Amino acid sequence: MSKYQIRKLVNYFNLIASLLVTALGLFMLAWILSVLFSKGFQYINWSVFTQMTPPPGSNGGLLNAIFGTLVITFFAVLIGTPIGIMAGTYLSEFGGNSRFSSTVRFINDVLLSAPSIVVGVFVYTLIVKPQGHFSGWAGAIAFAILVIPVVVRTTEDMLKLVPVQLREAAAALGAPRYTVTLTIVYKAALSGMITGVLLATARIMGETAPLLFTALNNQFWSSNMNQPMANMPVVIYQYALSPYDDWQNLAWAAALLITLSVLIMNIMARYTLKGSSSR
Amino acid sequence: MTTLESTHAKVVKKTKNSGVLGDRIFKGTAFFFAAMVLVVLFGIMLLLLKEAWPTFAHFGFGFFYHSEWDVVNNKFGALVPIVGTLVTSLIAIIIGVPVSFGIAIFITLMAPTWMKRPVGIAIELLAAVPSIIYGMWGLFYFAPWFANSIQPMMTSTLGNAPIIGQFFQGPPIGVSIFTAGIVLAIMIIPFIASVMRDMFEVVPTALKESAYAMGSTTWEVVWKVILPYTKAGVIGGIMLGLGRALGETMAVAFVVGNSLELNTGLFYPGATIASIMANEFNEASGLHMSSLIALALILFIITFLVLSIAKWFLLRLEKAQEGSKT
Repeated sequence: MSKYQIRKLVNYFNLIASLLVTALGLFMLAWILSVLFSKGFQYINWSVFTQMTPPPGSNGGLLNAIFGTLVITFFAVLIGTPIGIMAGTYLSEFGGNSRFSSTVRFINDVLLSAPSIVVGVFVYTLIVKPQGHFSGWAGAIAFAILVIPVVVRTTEDMLKLVPVQLREAAAALGAPRYTVTLTIVYKAALSGMITGVLLATARIMGETAPLLFTALNNQFWSSNMNQPMANMPVVIYQYALSPYDDWQNLAWAAALLITLSVLIMNIMARYTLKGSSSR
Repeated sequence: MTTLESTHAKVVKKTKNSGVLGDRIFKGTAFFFAAMVLVVLFGIMLLLLKEAWPTFAHFGFGFFYHSEWDVVNNKFGALVPIVGTLVTSLIAIIIGVPVSFGIAIFITLMAPTWMKRPVGIAIELLAAVPSIIYGMWGLFYFAPWFANSIQPMMTSTLGNAPIIGQFFQGPPIGVSIFTAGIVLAIMIIPFIASVMRDMFEVVPTALKESAYAMGSTTWEVVWKVILPYTKAGVIGGIMLGLGRALGETMAVAFVVGNSLELNTGLFYPGATIASIMANEFNEASGLHMSSLIALALILFIITFLVLSIAKWFLLRLEKAQEGSKT
């Protein structure tokens, strides 16, 4: 075989390998989603949304868990978003490349990928242990800590995309700096910032580990954020590993619901961003 | 006239003042929340260190290299979970990096334009699937399939090889260090692939086309032009994936088997720092609790270092690109 033929052979071999591993990646996604649909879809019915999590051996639903997840996520986003947006604003509008803002940027990127379980333990030692009991608030705060780095990052990136001329034009009309930021820069970057919040929400909705140490679980209906609170991920964890069929079936239904919500939120986030860039 | 002028002056003065004051308040608030990011990091470090202190005081350095984890007799050593964490992540990297590389090549160089976006999004959706879903799928579908079809094949071939043979031994139950490594690989592929893809896309077209014009094959362009050009970014992406793999909890807790014995065989069940915490934390107290928090601190420091290295490589590349632009 000539050297030329060998080079061509190596080329084809590697390119076909690339094609195959891409197919493998797509296959894995398809496998996981098809398992979720085939196992979970049959157990989704009206009672899932209207009844509480059952004791083993009886029928029930996921109402308290769905409610808990929504409430905890809502408060986490409510706490985390303003903090993240302000910090991101500082980095983009005021910080420049000072040592302080470089450090914040660096630490923020590290926190972005930091293990969520460590955040859970942190909030446990900070709130749960002194209080002496698990609570919905602890869960919301743990999630807020996960929301902040995502929002900081996207806010900074999106604000930096706003042209400097826009800021200068507003400033030339006599607008103070904060008015420029609040009414001009935020407006121009709005859809990008919403994307960040949506991505952060998607990230925490299916997150389980921090809740094990903070909100834990509750068999019953509870809207008291000071008490342990039912939530989808921990219900999935406990029910999936239980020996009872009813519980396992409910776990699959919950898994399908939570995955669909997360994926839809992700796709929505991309759509928001795409819509803004084409405008 | 005078009244108008004076009111105007007043208004200007007023808005100017409120402008200065508003600016101060606004900037101050922004600064405060930016500083909060740092406070969170130091808060995590300090609080975990405080809670873990009884363990370090009690066991000293022995905590890091002792392998017994005996809840009944209050003897704790972190060796098994630390080794488990490192080995599962290493397996994930060994499998995940070539696959991510292939995916990045396919999306940037091979796929027709209409296919790039959907394939890219589909791969990224792998990162959006919650960790616990990987756990359920891994435990109920992937692990049994792996134990029945792939594992016997590997044991009968690689298991007989000298030196590395001892790693491919273990009971055919499916939950093992190796299975955890594979599931982790699938979970980190989207992160590594998306960094690699971004890097490959910014390689100047002129550079690639010169190589093609010299008669290079596509693979040679990838291996000899694109990869050297994006080396720092690719290493950064791999480190980012490694950081994710080290701290992954729920998926691993489902498929790793949660056994605190040290085995050379990768098909034996094992434990990682994150999995042991998910399993034991809610029943722990006293020294047991303190040891679990010590594990969390070790995990946080390891991931912090790995992610810092990742960031350092990515920053270096960013600076180099900014430099070449000007």
